[in-house]
Amino acid sequence: MAIERFYLTYNQDRIKEPIIYLVGQKFRVVTNIRAASVSDHIGIVALELDGEQEEINSAVKWIAGQGVKVEPIEKNVIE
Amino acid sequence: MSFTTGLKCRECGESYGWKPLHVCEMCFGPLEIGYDYDAIASVLSHRIIESRPRNLWRYKELLPVSGEPRIGLYSGFTPLVKADRLAAALGVEELWVKDDSCNHPTFSYKDRVVSVAISAAIEFGFDTVSCASTGNLANSVSAHAARAGLRCFIFIPDNLERGKVIGSTVYEPTAVAISGNYDDVNRLCTEIADKYGWAFVNINLRPFYTEGAKTYGFEVAEQLGWKLPQHIVVPTAGGTILPKVAQAFEELVRVGLVKDTPWKIYTAQAAGCAPVVNALHRGADLIEPVKPNTIAKSIAIGNPADGYYVLGAVRDSGGWGEAATDQEIVEGIRLLARTEGIFTEPAGGTTVAVTKKLIEQGRIPRNESIVISVTGNGYKTLEAVTDAVPVPFNIGARLEEFDALYQSLEQR
Repeated sequence: MAIERFYLTYNQDRIKEPIIYLVGQKFRVVTNIRAASVSDHIGIVALELDGEQEEINSAVKWIAGQGVKVEPIEKNVIE
Repeated sequence: MSFTTGLKCRECGESYGWKPLHVCEMCFGPLEIGYDYDAIASVLSHRIIESRPRNLWRYKELLPVSGEPRIGLYSGFTPLVKADRLAAALGVEELWVKDDSCNHPTFSYKDRVVSVAISAAIEFGFDTVSCASTGNLANSVSAHAARAGLRCFIFIPDNLERGKVIGSTVYEPTAVAISGNYDDVNRLCTEIADKYGWAFVNINLRPFYTEGAKTYGFEVAEQLGWKLPQHIVVPTAGGTILPKVAQAFEELVRVGLVKDTPWKIYTAQAAGCAPVVNALHRGADLIEPVKPNTIAKSIAIGNPADGYYVLGAVRDSGGWGEAATDQEIVEGIRLLARTEGIFTEPAGGTTVAVTKKLIEQGRIPRNESIVISVTGNGYKTLEAVTDAVPVPFNIGARLEEFDALYQSLEQR
């Protein structure tokens, strides 16, 4: 089992999508929202995913495929 | 003796002990170092600081070190150059360039943050240090690790220019080039940091790492004769240095080393990667990530870790920010070189170009003191200006040929 932490960034056209609900339905991961901010332009959610590593990897890939940017909680670490 | 009070969350205020931790377990906010400023004020003075060696550790009471510093004993205290010729070109009265292009040992401001991070790594007992980088950071971690005798792993994208790779590999770290898109490489690096428990200077040691950037601000104030500049322009990449320069000014006031005079701080970004400037101009709090497309690669960070705090520091001070196109950046590099004899990388060219814009817009008054932050060295990024600088005149080895050339130059 693993726990990973991510920031999800939703652009304006994806803000209304129930992506976190759906990822919990489609994959065997527990979703835990730890912080969130939404404006007219952008939504940012700090999300914890708990589950088998393979399931987390699949969940992340699916979220990214929905047009939501998925990044580590540290954001860009390549300086 | 340490004057730190431990780690605390910048967002929710949750306290943590003294350990290599960077994210709040409660809200995922970044952790920062707390200090006992009253105790520092009671022991620190201009005289004590000025009696110390000219390196970044002369402000050690305001840095996260508990014993004597272990590394970086030659880093920092770079020149604050009175830039009269650049001032004349920009039409301002008082202009200074804080020049980290000559920082020791790897010629960028990263030698400050890495000195503090690796000093902390040694205190915590790590035997391996690491980072993910496209250039300056990997250079600095590799060099400091070599001097400290630590094992070092650096992670780089596999499409990096050879010159940038050699700037690290000469110090013989274990260099790992990773294939894949930027987001995949980024995520892998955080996973490695989680799994292997090394001192990743800008991940698990980030609270210590960022503190090193304060020394840039401390030095500016000391070199101005223990006073704050009225305006300072700072480039933004990951967002480390700008909020820490602002914090440095605030701390100097708080411990009584400078008078509380008004100052404004300005952010400079490349137009091809300006997420913070975009948010600033939009009046937004949230930063929309961008895909970088600029020659200023050392500041091309599309989703800066501390971008939110850059916005806060700029707004709190009453400052502003602008972005410069690649062409303006190259012209900024050339302007600084031909007026002040300083060759900076595109990040410095960005700061010069943005300062020019802010002056022309009237955001920075022409009769007040201005500091331009130069954070890196142009000799590392020759490709940025190769097509823009003059080429040499070619002549044969005969005096007549030079005479003819000289006459033609005189007639221009």
